[in-house]
Amino acid sequence: MSEDSIKRISPLISIILGLLLGYLLLLLVGYDGNSGFKYLFQGGIKGITEGKYRRIGDTLAQMTPLMLTGASVAFAFRTGLFNIGASGQMLFGGFVAVLVGITVDLPPVILPLVATLLAGVAGGLYGFLPGYLKAKYNIHEVVIGIMMNYVSVYLVQYLVKILIPGKYVIESAHIPKEASLKMSFISNIFRGSPLNAGFFVGVIALIVIYVILEKTTFGFELKAVGFNKDAAKYSGMKVNKNIIYSMMISGCLAGLAGATFYIGYTNHIKLGTVPTLGFDGIAVSLLGKNSPIGIFFSSFLFGYLKNGGSFMASSTDIPRELVDIVIAIIIYFSAISFVIEKFLNKLLVKMKKEGK
Amino acid sequence: MGYAIEMLNITKEFPGIKANDDITLKLKKGTIHALLGENGAGKSTLMSVLFGLYQPEKGVIKVDGKEVKISNPNVATELKIGMVHQHFKLVECFTVIENIVLGVEPKGKFGKTDYKKAEEKIIEISEKYGLAVELHKKISELTVGAQQKVEILKMLYREATTLIFDEPTAVLTPQEIKGLLEVMRNLTCEGKSIVIITHKLDEIKEIASECTIIRKGKGIETVNVAEKTVQELADLMVGRAVSFKTEKQEADPKEVVLRVEKLNMKNKIGVEKLKNVSFEVRSGEIVGIAGIEGNGQTELINAITGLENKFDGKVILNGKDITKSSIREKTLSGIGHIPEDRHKHGLVLDYTLEENLILQTYFTEEFSKNGFIKKSKVSEQSDELIKRFDIRAGKEGKTIARSMSGGNQQKSIIAREMKREPNLLLAAQPTRGLDVGAIEFIHKELLKTRDSGKGVLLISLELDEILNISDRVLVLFEGSVVAELETKNTNKEEIGLYMAGSRKE
Repeated sequence: MSEDSIKRISPLISIILGLLLGYLLLLLVGYDGNSGFKYLFQGGIKGITEGKYRRIGDTLAQMTPLMLTGASVAFAFRTGLFNIGASGQMLFGGFVAVLVGITVDLPPVILPLVATLLAGVAGGLYGFLPGYLKAKYNIHEVVIGIMMNYVSVYLVQYLVKILIPGKYVIESAHIPKEASLKMSFISNIFRGSPLNAGFFVGVIALIVIYVILEKTTFGFELKAVGFNKDAAKYSGMKVNKNIIYSMMISGCLAGLAGATFYIGYTNHIKLGTVPTLGFDGIAVSLLGKNSPIGIFFSSFLFGYLKNGGSFMASSTDIPRELVDIVIAIIIYFSAISFVIEKFLNKLLVKMKKEGK
Repeated sequence: MGYAIEMLNITKEFPGIKANDDITLKLKKGTIHALLGENGAGKSTLMSVLFGLYQPEKGVIKVDGKEVKISNPNVATELKIGMVHQHFKLVECFTVIENIVLGVEPKGKFGKTDYKKAEEKIIEISEKYGLAVELHKKISELTVGAQQKVEILKMLYREATTLIFDEPTAVLTPQEIKGLLEVMRNLTCEGKSIVIITHKLDEIKEIASECTIIRKGKGIETVNVAEKTVQELADLMVGRAVSFKTEKQEADPKEVVLRVEKLNMKNKIGVEKLKNVSFEVRSGEIVGIAGIEGNGQTELINAITGLENKFDGKVILNGKDITKSSIREKTLSGIGHIPEDRHKHGLVLDYTLEENLILQTYFTEEFSKNGFIKKSKVSEQSDELIKRFDIRAGKEGKTIARSMSGGNQQKSIIAREMKREPNLLLAAQPTRGLDVGAIEFIHKELLKTRDSGKGVLLISLELDEILNISDRVLVLFEGSVVAELETKNTNKEEIGLYMAGSRKE
C-alpha cells in the first residue's frame, strides 16, 4: 500500500467507522440497530433492482442543490476565500428564479432554463459585494457573508410581499407548472420523485468548474491569487479583480442551487428563514476535498443519508432526533478522514520498518 | 570524554527522495560540531530526526551512550535536547517570559502560572551565558537577533544539554553573529554540546572543532576542523573544486537599458525612503547596489518593477517611459526580477514547480490556446529548465514548490527569469541563504546574462558578492545614492565607509 492509495481509501474507511459508531449508539440507547440500519441503507435506493426508481430519484433530488452549494463553497476555497454566504446567495438566486417563473411568459422548457440562468446571474451579483469589499478594503468575506445572509432573508421577504405574495403570509406565490425544472420525462422514469433537470445543471456546473480550475489560464490566475496574493501581484496578475471574480462565480453556483431548489425541488419560497443547504455545502465541500469529483460523491452521500434517514424514521420506532444524530456521526467521521489518513500513514511507516 | 549524541547509520526517506542515506554523526561532549552540506543535502532532515520531528526508517540514536527512541519533540526535550529552528517558533503576541515558559509553566497558587519564579530562573540563566533580553517585551517588538536569544533561553530553561542550531546566522547582522558565536562558546565552557548547521565556512573555522560533511543525503566525512582550510571544506561539501572568486571578463557596456530619474518615495507614514535617486544601467554590465538593509533597496526595487506605484520620478527602459506601466507591461517589455523574498513574491509555494515556471507567461501563445493552458508545453519547459539549471526536485516538474529546498527554490526562480531573456535583470539578494556551490552557479549565470548583452542590476547586502561580480557599484545610504564607484578601483573598506554614511562623494 502506498501513500496515494491511503489518500484514496481513507474517506471510505472513515465512513465505515462512522457507520459502526452510529450503529453502536442505536444499540446503546436500546433500539434495534439491525432493522434501523437496514432501512437507512435501503431508504436511498430501495427498488432500484426491480425497476422502481422512486427512491433513488429522491436521493438524487436531495443531492442536487447540495452539489451546487458544495461546488460554490469549494470554488471559493480553492481560490482562497471562504464563502459562508452561499445560503443568502442561494435564496436570492432562488427568488429571482421564482419571480421569473411567475411573471415572465416564455414557452415551456425555455422558461425554466431562463429562470435558472438568471438565478445564477443573481447569485453572482449577490456575491459581488463581499468580493468587492474583500478586494478593495480587505474586509473579511466571512463577516460580510454572514451579514449578507440576513440581508437576503429580509430582502427576499420584502420583495416577495410586494411582487409575488402567496396565499399565506409565510410563503411566496407558487410557480406555474411550465416554469418548473421538473420535466415529465424525468418524473416518468422516477415515478413522481421531485428529481428534476436541476440535477443536470449540477453535473454540468461541476464539470465546468473542474475545467476552469484545472485547465484554463483563468483558473490558474484565480488559484494563484488564492494561494499567494503577493506572488500573484509580482507575476502581473490583477489581484483585486480575481478576488471579485472568484466570489461572483461562487455566488453564481449558489444562485443555481437556489433555482434547482425553489423551482425544481419545490415550487415556492418559504419566507423568514435562510436555507441551511448553503451551510451544508461547506461540509459537502470539505468531505469532497474541494474537488468537483469529490463533491459529486459527497453530495450523493449526503442525499442518500438524508433520504435513508427519513425512511428509517418512518419505518421504525427510532425517533427522528436519534436518526439525525446517527447521520451526524457518520458525516462527522467522514469529515475527519484526514485523521484516519494520518493514522494509516503512521501504520504504514511502522509496517515498513518491521518488514525490513 | 564520551559522546553526548550518537546518530548511527540514519536513513530517512520521503516520497521520491532519500533525504538521509546511512549517515553517522557523533557529537563529543562539550564541543561544537558543525554539520555542513549544500542546500537540500539533508542537514535539516537529520537534525529533525534527532529532535523527534521525523522518524528514521533505519538507524540508531544514542544519548549519553544509551539507545533511545525519539518519537516526538517532547521526548527530545526530556532527553535534554533543544533546537533553535531556522524559522523561529515563537508566539508573536506573547511576551518573552511567556514564550520561554510555554508548555512548562511553573505552577503557582490556584493553578496560576508563577511568573516570578520563572523570571528569577531566566535572569539567572541569561546572566550566566550573556543572553540579555528584555523579558517583558512582546516578541513582535524584538529584533531578529533578540528573538533568537529568546529561542536559546527557551532551550536552556528546559535544561537542555545538547543544543541544535539550524542555520542560526542566516538571519543575523555581522554584529549579532559575533555575539551569537560568543554565546555559543560560553555554552560549551559550561559543558553544553552543540550541533550547528551552516554553510558559512568562516564560522565553522571559527568555532567548531569537528565537522561532518553530507552531500546529497550521504555522509561523506567527519573532519577535524583545525586540519582543514576553508577551501578544502568547500570542495568537500560540493564534491568538486569550487572557486570563491568568479572569473570574469572585462565588461563591455553599450547602450543604456535602464535609466531612473529622480526617484522620490515616501512610505506609508510619510518617511522619505528614496531621495532623488538617479542612475543608469547599460547593456553588458552589472551594476551593484550596496547598502545596509533598510536604506531604500526594497523601495527602489518596488519602484522599478511596479510593485509600488506611488512615487515621483521616472523609470525609462530602452528609451521608453514605463513609470506608470503595470507590472505585467513591465514584465513583457523586458524586465526580469529575482525578488528579495522568494516565499513572499517569488513563488506560489502550493503550486508545482512547472506551474511556478510559467507564473508570468501562462497566458502567452507559447503556453495557452483560447484560454486553455497547454499542459504538455508547460512540462516540456520545466524538463528543459530542470536540466539546464540542475534543479533538484523529488517529483521533477510535479514537485510542490513548498517541499523543495531553499536553494532549489531559488534556482527555479532564476531559471524562470533567465528563460524569459529580459533586457534588464533585477537580481535582489539572489544568493541569500545559499551554499557556496549554488552561489558560484548563480554568479556565473548572472555574468552569462551580462555577456549576452543584457543589463543586470544586482541589489545585495553581501559586500563580497557585489565586489565579486558587479562592474560598477552604487552605494545607497538613507535613500540617497552617496557614491558611484568602479569596482576595480575600490575596495571593501571604502564602500563600507560610504555604507555607514561616514563618507560622502
